[in-house]
Amino acid sequence: MEATFYLSGAVAVAATLMVVTRASAVHALLYLIVSLLAVAIIFFVLGAPFVAALEVIIYAGAVMVLFVFVIMMLNLGKAAAVKEREWLSPGMWVGPSILSALLLAELIYILVPNVQDVQGAYGGAALSGGVGVDSKEVGIALFGPYLLGVELASLLLLAGLVGACHLGWHTELRSGSHPASRPDGVRS
Amino acid sequence: MNEWTPIWANLILILAVVFAFSAMLSWIERRLLGLWQDRYGPNRVGPFGVLQIVADSIKLLAKEDWIPPFADRAVFVLAPAIVAVTTLLAFSVVPIAPGIGVVDLNIGLLFFLAMSSLGVYSIVLGGWASNSKYSLLGGLRAAAQMLSYEVFMGLALMGVVMLAGSFNLRDIVAAQENLWFCVPQILGLATFAVAGIAEARRLPFDLPESENELVAGFHTEYSSMKFGLFFIGEYVGITLISAMIVTLFFGGWLGPLLPPLVWFLLKTFIVVACFVLLRAALPRPRYDQLMAYGWKVMLPVTLVNLLITGAVVLSMA
Repeated sequence: MEATFYLSGAVAVAATLMVVTRASAVHALLYLIVSLLAVAIIFFVLGAPFVAALEVIIYAGAVMVLFVFVIMMLNLGKAAAVKEREWLSPGMWVGPSILSALLLAELIYILVPNVQDVQGAYGGAALSGGVGVDSKEVGIALFGPYLLGVELASLLLLAGLVGACHLGWHTELRSGSHPASRPDGVRS
Repeated sequence: MNEWTPIWANLILILAVVFAFSAMLSWIERRLLGLWQDRYGPNRVGPFGVLQIVADSIKLLAKEDWIPPFADRAVFVLAPAIVAVTTLLAFSVVPIAPGIGVVDLNIGLLFFLAMSSLGVYSIVLGGWASNSKYSLLGGLRAAAQMLSYEVFMGLALMGVVMLAGSFNLRDIVAAQENLWFCVPQILGLATFAVAGIAEARRLPFDLPESENELVAGFHTEYSSMKFGLFFIGEYVGITLISAMIVTLFFGGWLGPLLPPLVWFLLKTFIVVACFVLLRAALPRPRYDQLMAYGWKVMLPVTLVNLLITGAVVLSMA
């Protein structure tokens, strides 16, 4: 099981690097999907099958489809890929690389002293196929101690819903002059 | 761990049966359509035309495997494989009978939903990589249609999960010992069946393909076995949806007298035949009608179903 963890971790890192370096937007998105699937496998191996399934259904299966949908609509051709390649010039890498390196150093600094603890507390048991968190426990946790977070998230979603409804609202539809509101549906 | 010994035999047998049945399905479908439309259908090759699929496969394999020069080569080749892989993977969680099945996953139902949501990429990417107007239109339609219908596909199944108290498909079948879920979850069955047809891109929901307006939609540029993979992927998809409907709503392998395996196959075949009958009976809707139907009718119905089921489960507990 530990080999699966490191293998999918490596796949996730490699795929994410490819996302950043691809010139074609659709290819970059495809690598991002691979990266998300790899992360889902990591969750599964760590003993969180429910989160792994949701990662695939929501991120890989729904959010990314919307991304691909929009990119397809934009119909970026060869010209866009050429422009993209120009943007990827070596000079462009300096700033982001320094910032990312700082973040990486911080992450390692935080993680290194705790590695033993994590192994003992969760990692060891979950990796050897022992305890896992099943969907029932996730539900109980969400609607128990984390209820406030769930409610806040639902509020955010409601705001998004109202916004989408407002943007998609046809003002002409109310007055009946919009072609889509005609009973025969014929657009004149 | 002696449960694991027959797993390879199980796996190979299920794979072979699923493939063989899906291939035969094209012949079964054409014969059934013929019957309902008062004509014969393919009856020349072999007894009753059963060998038609063999002739078709030889024809497909012998055709030129052409990749258009304007296509995005890598994605073009990848796309047809995705649909075949995801639908076959989803079959691994279907509990066919006690002791027959590939894996017994605790999140089996979620795994099925995940695989069916990944299947969209096949169609969308196939349409995009072909780099032709008709294919792109088909791909765009597929993305919008399958995304919209997936939303309530998952919600329609949550009623079943509430009643069974598990995402494990074997537990769900076992929970139907006394009463099949098609009775208390009739709304769930109706919405899931509609979503299932849309997911399998079958008439009346075959707008990504719609040969009358888009040539062949997303697979216009495909030929030979790459087209064959899309073709067989669609039939595996129908078989999968039928098997899932049987598992979730019609008690899976449960039934009197006959052995469990026979019951499962019999029920699945009846549901498949209903899908074919739908194709013979219904016309294709307009695209905006399809989207409006999904969001304005099916989604509210599934939410009402969830509300009622939740209330009943709470009051029973």
